[in-house]
Amino acid sequence: MPELITSFWQTYNTLFYTVFVHGMLALSIYITLSCGQLSLGNAAFMGIGAYTAALLTMKAGAPFGISLIAGGFLPAVVALIIGIPTLRLSGVYLAMATLGFGEVVRVVILNMEITGGSLGLNGVPLKTELWHLILVMGILIYFFIKLRNSRFGRILEAINEDEVAASVMGIRATYYKVWAFAIGAFIAGVAGGLNAHFTFFISPREYGFEPAVDILTFAVLGGTRTLWGPLAGSTILTILPELFRFLGPYRLALNGIILVLVVLYLPNGIVNRDTFTNLKRFFKKEENA
Amino acid sequence: MLKGEHITKDFGGLRVLGDVSFEVKEGLIFGLIGPNGAGKTTVFNIISGLLKPTSGRVTFDGRDITNRPPYEITGYGISRTFQNIRVFREMTLLENVLVGMHRLFSYSAFSMFFDLPKKRSEEKDLREKAFEILSIVRLTEKADLKAESLSYGEQRKLELARALATEPKLLLIDEPAAGMNPAETEELMEEIVHINGKGYTICLIEHDMKVVMGICSHIAVLNFGELIAEGSPDDIKANPEVIEAYLGKEELSA
Repeated sequence: MPELITSFWQTYNTLFYTVFVHGMLALSIYITLSCGQLSLGNAAFMGIGAYTAALLTMKAGAPFGISLIAGGFLPAVVALIIGIPTLRLSGVYLAMATLGFGEVVRVVILNMEITGGSLGLNGVPLKTELWHLILVMGILIYFFIKLRNSRFGRILEAINEDEVAASVMGIRATYYKVWAFAIGAFIAGVAGGLNAHFTFFISPREYGFEPAVDILTFAVLGGTRTLWGPLAGSTILTILPELFRFLGPYRLALNGIILVLVVLYLPNGIVNRDTFTNLKRFFKKEENA
Repeated sequence: MLKGEHITKDFGGLRVLGDVSFEVKEGLIFGLIGPNGAGKTTVFNIISGLLKPTSGRVTFDGRDITNRPPYEITGYGISRTFQNIRVFREMTLLENVLVGMHRLFSYSAFSMFFDLPKKRSEEKDLREKAFEILSIVRLTEKADLKAESLSYGEQRKLELARALATEPKLLLIDEPAAGMNPAETEELMEEIVHINGKGYTICLIEHDMKVVMGICSHIAVLNFGELIAEGSPDDIKANPEVIEAYLGKEELSA
């Protein structure tokens, strides 16, 4: 029996790790979505974080913790710099601007020498352990729960609901949007650093257009009204393709089909604010029956 | 207290406001009336910083506030409501008011994260204060409901409460009677007089003359972007230009 578990773990531990990393990425876009901003730059922020952290451990021999934190800070600083002009934009225009930014990052990584160009970085030391992922995820969940009922959470939600009304309440919307964007970049960067230290190999392709859309999909599928939505979305979309391996290459189409169904029938995502009250009500009824 | 001086606003080639000047005196209820499309809301949008005037200036307590951003103008002590109600629909009534009180909060993100006493006491005190503000418009029993569950009239009251939460000296109220029945309108007008009695200066927009006549001490009439009359309610009622703007010119019968 233990042997079975060990072999199961050996086969699937990467998948398990990836669930955590994808969850962090989903949360990184959730914070910008929660103030109504559609950013597609998070894959690029993840990339900056991944390369920063990997290069620090490989070339400078920095301790893992330092590499990770630096891998969060650099994308956050970049986000502050590009956020100030772009976050005056909204909706589709912001999405386009951040998408453009993502391409710039990809091309820069592709052409730099230290990053290994298109060959990527090989032999990133395997340093990420399960407890690192659990710890970081725990801190994030704690942060988002604290945020929800604080003055900052209320401000983000007010901006999300009606930016004009928020501004005449004395809220400087751009300021808070830039910070939300930078915090999202920090989270994506740390996720990138953690990811790089268990996949052994990273290349610019992993941080291009496709992952940018994937991250958005996690949040849209799960629902963007509570923090549990993006986590549910990322977990489902990461595990599902593995469960349906028997479908061969078609299994990736399944994610697309699920997304279409969810958007059609659950436009607020799988988990929304009423989910918990509805569940409670459901179980109460069962008890009474 | 609030002065508009020679305000002109063009949208493209269209002149919406032409050389409008007015003064709102401290402690009173000032009425800005005029037929639909006269440019009343544009005046509010310029005062509150949502629009920039093409020329002219706005001063508040002697300070030039022309072209300042909305959040800054709110900080100087001007708050407003909207004609098409803009409460935060998915937030509770209490949260709506707490957003209005946002400038009164001072705890840091660090306090938030570690749940420090400063955060707790501030949240607790300001929640109590938010309840008091809700009690001004008599909505305390519904404090934990979502704003979208309120009736139209209640949402207007909530918007007033939220505007009061910013601790304004001057309150701009945009067509509070729009979409309300006569009974609701009367109740709301009483509410406005009640709020004025607490020391807030009020500037009220309305297109229905009857509604404001009873409560305003000074009225300005706007028609096609121009100020056509100004004075006490009695002056306004007797002014032939105002009557013409509202009822149209009398045809000469041959």
